[in-house]
Amino acid sequence: MKIHNQQDFAAGFMYIVVGLFFASLATGYQMGTAAKMGPGYFPFCLGMLLALIGLVVLLSAVTKKAADVKLKKWDLKSVIWITGAVVLYGVLLSTMGFFVALLALVFVSASASHEFKWKGTVINALILLVFTYLAFVVGLKLQFPLWPFFLNN
Amino acid sequence: MDLLNNLALGFSTALTFQNLIYCFLGCLLGTLIGILPGLGPIATIAMLLPATYALPPIAALIMLAGIYYGAQYGGSTTAILLNIPGETSSVVTAIDGYQMARRGRAGVALFTAGMGSFFAGCVATFILAAFAAPLSQLAFKFGPAEYFSLMVLGLIGAVVLASGSLIKAIGMIILGLLMGLVGTDVNSGVSRYAFDVPELSDGIGFVSIAMGVFGFAEIMMNLEQKEKRESFLNKVTTLIPTWDDVKRMVPSILRGTTIGSVLGILPGGGAALAAFGAYSVEKKTSKHSAEFGQGAIEGVAGPESANNAAAQTSFIPLLTLGIPPNAVMALMVGAMTIHNIQPGPQVMTSNPALFWGLIASMWIGNLMLILLNLPLIGMWVQILKIPYRFLYPAILVFCCIGVYTVNNTVFDVYITATFGVIGYLFFKLGCEPAPLLLGFVLGPMMEENFRRALLLSRGDFSTFITRPLSLGLLVAAALMVVIVALPAIKKGREKVFVEEL
Repeated sequence: MKIHNQQDFAAGFMYIVVGLFFASLATGYQMGTAAKMGPGYFPFCLGMLLALIGLVVLLSAVTKKAADVKLKKWDLKSVIWITGAVVLYGVLLSTMGFFVALLALVFVSASASHEFKWKGTVINALILLVFTYLAFVVGLKLQFPLWPFFLNN
Repeated sequence: MDLLNNLALGFSTALTFQNLIYCFLGCLLGTLIGILPGLGPIATIAMLLPATYALPPIAALIMLAGIYYGAQYGGSTTAILLNIPGETSSVVTAIDGYQMARRGRAGVALFTAGMGSFFAGCVATFILAAFAAPLSQLAFKFGPAEYFSLMVLGLIGAVVLASGSLIKAIGMIILGLLMGLVGTDVNSGVSRYAFDVPELSDGIGFVSIAMGVFGFAEIMMNLEQKEKRESFLNKVTTLIPTWDDVKRMVPSILRGTTIGSVLGILPGGGAALAAFGAYSVEKKTSKHSAEFGQGAIEGVAGPESANNAAAQTSFIPLLTLGIPPNAVMALMVGAMTIHNIQPGPQVMTSNPALFWGLIASMWIGNLMLILLNLPLIGMWVQILKIPYRFLYPAILVFCCIGVYTVNNTVFDVYITATFGVIGYLFFKLGCEPAPLLLGFVLGPMMEENFRRALLLSRGDFSTFITRPLSLGLLVAAALMVVIVALPAIKKGREKVFVEEL
């Protein structure tokens, strides 16, 4: 049995796992009857349906008629840099405040680009800092922790 | 006549200074993000949703609507000048539009796209005004079984008319439905799939999903590509078309408007589908079909009219039935809910100023857009010169700020980051994210109607088939699946649909 369509095989596998996950957790909630549905009824049905679809997709990937599709290459670098930048923003926003978090976000995320240049990024960061402060904090009056925690009394 | 009274009410609402400003802002933003590749209406509306909390509901909806149809105008500019479609719906415009640019006719192409879009936008808004009332009357005959079947039709339609693997897209819908169920169940008070995390007790924020999957993941994908494209930014000369051009573009504009108006209303329809459909029709009916792919003006006029018409008419199912026909409208449902407006047929009667004001603002918006796009084309061309490496950190900043302000917790930022990775995974596995968003928004509603229908029928599942309206809707959904699965249509689908962004 050869896996012709790697993409679909992986997708089908994902559906099966996720579907079974939701369905199994749903059994922990009350099912009730069709006339008086409990919280577990609908999610259980959906979870099983998803797992079934996953099975169909998976099987279709190994039949002889399936197109030969390889899994696209993963560029982990962009994923890690961008996700890392966002998570860093979250961590810094609550501890070090709006300004620090924003600067970190711009610098870390900009480094993910293969065309990164220091000068441009610094200017970009400063423009964004001023603009977002004026637009969101002053203009829209949204609430943010602005300064690091040790400066708040 | 009632319609005239309503329109009068609408215009008096839309022409207040505040609403005009927000309409302009929406159109401006829409054009901007339409021009910028990598940022689409879904991510932008999701980003700005939290910022609209402080606004009165009608101003918020006017602005958000402006972003959507404004983006259709802007997307054509990058498509024609850079062969980079700013929006999925401009993919088709890029085919002949860019070729026209290469032959020195960029200005004419831009003019055609603009005029076609304006005409279509006006006509479609009129359709929206005229058909809203009768459709809402129909909606009052809907019971929970009919609503459930309608949503099934809507979801199936959304995948059937899109490109890509049908069955995987259905899987994405169900995944979306399941994610929509996370949180506290309204009927029983039981907390589902929340794992004792307090921030999840209200469910996953759809802003987080939308921004993560459509914003962050898109950026990650864009960073992987490193190609340079030939650009015609400095070669936009005359905008005015020749008489021959006008003779050719007028029928295309009319055809495109019709196609777009119809396809926009259909569940799963929307600007992109309309554009593709119009292109196929133009190619088949044109006497100059050999020119297609080399700069045929019909290839720009038809799709551009279609995508704008569809963008307007896709508001019809939302405003009359309360059912979003595509992912962008799903976000509008969210916007209305945030402002305590229950989307559905009663919006017209309980909130006529909002309803008609929104419609009137669409006309005004189209007018603003034609002014923004044609004379000011030089300005937009300058913006396109900003390198992506400065643009995407800015996008990230706006997304993160927006996500944070929904609940003022950084937990939402982490959730969005997670969905960024999940979105990237989806792209790599060839799973389309748009059906997921649609399923997510409809999940709780579907469960509610499913439950109620079965409650009313005392557990009898045949209620969905014995009630005629519900049966009709389900049959239509089944027909859609069958038609698309037929090999002949399959091949046609694959030929017409170019690779999406």
